[in-house]
Amino acid sequence: MLKQIEGSRAVAEAVALSRPEVVCAYPISPQTHIVEALGEAVKSGALAPCEFINVESEFAAMSVAIGASAAGARAYTATASQGLLFMTEALFNASGLGLPIVMTVANRALGAPINIWNDHSDAMSQRDCGWIQLFAENNQEALDLHLQAFRLAEELSLPVMVCMDGFILTHAYERVDVPAQEQVDAYLPRFAPRQVLDPAEPVSIGAMVGPEAFMEVRYLAHAKQVQALELIPGWADEFRRAFGREAGGLMHTYRAEDAETIVVALGSVIGTIKDTVDELRAQGVGIGVVAITCFRPWPLAAVRAALVNARRVIVIEKTLAVGIGGIVSNNVRAALPGSGAAVYTVIAGLGGRAITKASLAKAFADAIAGRLEATTFLDLDRQVVERVLAREREVRRSGPIAEAVLKEIGPVAARPG
Amino acid sequence: MFQVRIHGRGGQGVVTAAELLSIAAFREGRYAQAFPSFGSERSGAPVVAYCRFDEKEIRLREPILAPDALVIQDPTLLHQVDLFAGLAREGYMLINTSRGFEALGLAEFVRGFRAERLCTVPATELALKHVGRPVPNAALLGGFAALTGRISLESVAAAIRDKFSGKISEGNAAAAAEAYEFVKSEARELSHAQAD
Repeated sequence: MLKQIEGSRAVAEAVALSRPEVVCAYPISPQTHIVEALGEAVKSGALAPCEFINVESEFAAMSVAIGASAAGARAYTATASQGLLFMTEALFNASGLGLPIVMTVANRALGAPINIWNDHSDAMSQRDCGWIQLFAENNQEALDLHLQAFRLAEELSLPVMVCMDGFILTHAYERVDVPAQEQVDAYLPRFAPRQVLDPAEPVSIGAMVGPEAFMEVRYLAHAKQVQALELIPGWADEFRRAFGREAGGLMHTYRAEDAETIVVALGSVIGTIKDTVDELRAQGVGIGVVAITCFRPWPLAAVRAALVNARRVIVIEKTLAVGIGGIVSNNVRAALPGSGAAVYTVIAGLGGRAITKASLAKAFADAIAGRLEATTFLDLDRQVVERVLAREREVRRSGPIAEAVLKEIGPVAARPG
Repeated sequence: MFQVRIHGRGGQGVVTAAELLSIAAFREGRYAQAFPSFGSERSGAPVVAYCRFDEKEIRLREPILAPDALVIQDPTLLHQVDLFAGLAREGYMLINTSRGFEALGLAEFVRGFRAERLCTVPATELALKHVGRPVPNAALLGGFAALTGRISLESVAAAIRDKFSGKISEGNAAAAAEAYEFVKSEARELSHAQAD
């Protein structure tokens, strides 16, 4: 059924249609509307049987999800930003134990400085925690990826993180096709756990593992993610057959076939990039897009195949790895086919900075003209940065940096972007 | 694609206005996207929300930098925020005030714009009359429908009924209808004045 609803509401409907038996959550912007809607659904009886557990922290949320999943319940939670960091230890436990929890991460920047706006710092900080990470391009895909996430998680016995851009998607009203309960029931079988804490057949989960076996257990975790790379495209096909639309998979390309220049990105910025690419194509520029849906496991072979004819690759990323620059671009470099293509890292949209078509088009043109530096910061206010650096050179007690930058920029009322 | 930027203050239903407009466009079979300019929500703080609608899927996620229409829910923002940034001379402008453009000190500014695309409407007063609260958003959407003709009053009313229920829904729909008539009658006066 077509609906014009908020992204958070669409995800809540997808989760409810997936019949979770335990939803545990601690509120943090911008994921709050999702669990609020699920809380209402549990209270009204629309989502039953399901236990909604209010917890005292994100660490507790993930711990409860671990317990619920180990007991054989389909478990779901959602978080963002500092909340994801606070559950870090439990994240590694969930994946290390192989528990098929599904979690939404409504992507948001990490402090300090405190910032509630969107970027990918939170999810990227946990890219190696052993969870599968899927990124949604729009709210339809966010909805669809949640349906797929439960399927993937339970088939693989691995936790899945569905990442959607905070505010940009979570708070956007747009058209989504919400499937019927019967459709979802036909697609998503009842949870049949590979391991379960069952008094009738007692086992222990979470053994102490010494040097004699730790390497093997970790190898199996890696092997399982690599195996997922082979299975995910087939499951995306199955989803298309069941629901009649494309969603999920490892990645997809857009106007990339004959493109000398390929833009790689993940998440909602892909939409703006596609519009920019259309305009450049109309001017005769050979440019296309590789949109990554599955970031972990990293689809090395698929990305390599998509980049085989590219002369240059521009990676737009909403994260900064301080001290090196790009994260996605380092993964892209690992996938380069040895063709000698140049890779440009463009750090964009940090802390909610708007990513505009005009700025993207300029960066792409600069790269094509060979004018773009290997690592650039889209729309960085270089004058402000230079003034702050100059002051640091001149004054020993130059004070806190965030405050200095704010002072340089001056008062900002609500301005577009 | 038609792009609308709505300015107001926290508590005036700015974000809801953009959402309602997107629902109205959706009900007319179009693709629509509404989103707020996100910030720490505080009553009274300047707020911006956006709505785009089109006949095809909308992929663009940038804020609306060059609006086709501007809705200003609070005229006290005129001297605080760069409200008119990117508005083309062909653009529409609807301001919530009981005063005219001259009294707002905008006579000089709006000279190059098309007079029939500019209007002020006392939306807060209409909201107080019909809803009992100074929330001008629904009334302004009625005015927007009349001013631009891009959306029907029926679709605005249906969106209001989708989002609200009971007396609040009825009151807002009535405020929208009266604002619609107000703007239509202003337009008639303008065209008579121009004919004279």
